[in-house]
Amino acid sequence: MKPINEMHLRFPSVSANEAFARAAVSTFVAQLDPTLDELCDTKTAVSEAVTNCIVHGYRDTIGTIYIDCALYENGRVVIRVRDRGCGIENLKQAMEPLYSSAGGERAGLGFAVMQSFMDKLRVQSRPGQGTTVVLEKTFSPRVHTNG
Amino acid sequence: MEDPVQNTACPVQLRLKENTLTAWLCGEIDHHTARKIREAVDEAASRVRPERLILDFSAVQFMDSSGIGLIMGRCKLLAAWNGRVIVRHVPPKLERIVSLSGLQTLCDVEEGGPRHETDQ
Repeated sequence: MKPINEMHLRFPSVSANEAFARAAVSTFVAQLDPTLDELCDTKTAVSEAVTNCIVHGYRDTIGTIYIDCALYENGRVVIRVRDRGCGIENLKQAMEPLYSSAGGERAGLGFAVMQSFMDKLRVQSRPGQGTTVVLEKTFSPRVHTNG
Repeated sequence: MEDPVQNTACPVQLRLKENTLTAWLCGEIDHHTARKIREAVDEAASRVRPERLILDFSAVQFMDSSGIGLIMGRCKLLAAWNGRVIVRHVPPKLERIVSLSGLQTLCDVEEGGPRHETDQ
């Protein structure tokens, strides 16, 4: 199926862009008329994905974060968040709730939040090459009254 | 004009009263803003070593797991002198992430959202 609309973002991995990224994606997906809860879930998942790029992917450096967002007729949204950073050695371990390689202030809940707040989560990673997270959600259909 | 309370320059207000340090958090809590909040809270808490640290979330509009990390980190800090962390006035839209985190085993999460909450 072809998307009815799409957008692409690229920005440097500075933490001030976390708010920008989630606001930009939520403004874009708002045209599918999601509920406030659905919008909030999406915003939170995007924030987690982008934070992972900054804290893990580009741990000791500043790199580019790419977001591709596609909207489909049935209310489905597909958001791809990608970095060309260090990648994840052990994906299974990284996706376990409460595990964090960053320690200290990180709760280790990023993937758990993405998983529970979206319908689908896919993660592809290659050490030394980067990580791609694909988030999917289908917004519930709403009854529209015209005029 | 933006409401000055939501200005990111001031993400936390602190007050000490009878061995209880209360921190009113505001705006959006993510990895970026959590750092400023942490620095302000830790500076005050390490100095006064309160029995209780109340984190009040009534003015928080958004929070991702960085907010959970922030709470967990303060629990660890307060534990150094047997202090307790109390999480208060969590708005309905943040309840899901708080319950997902299992924070309830680490600190006291009080029931009931902010008083001014009228939706939902």
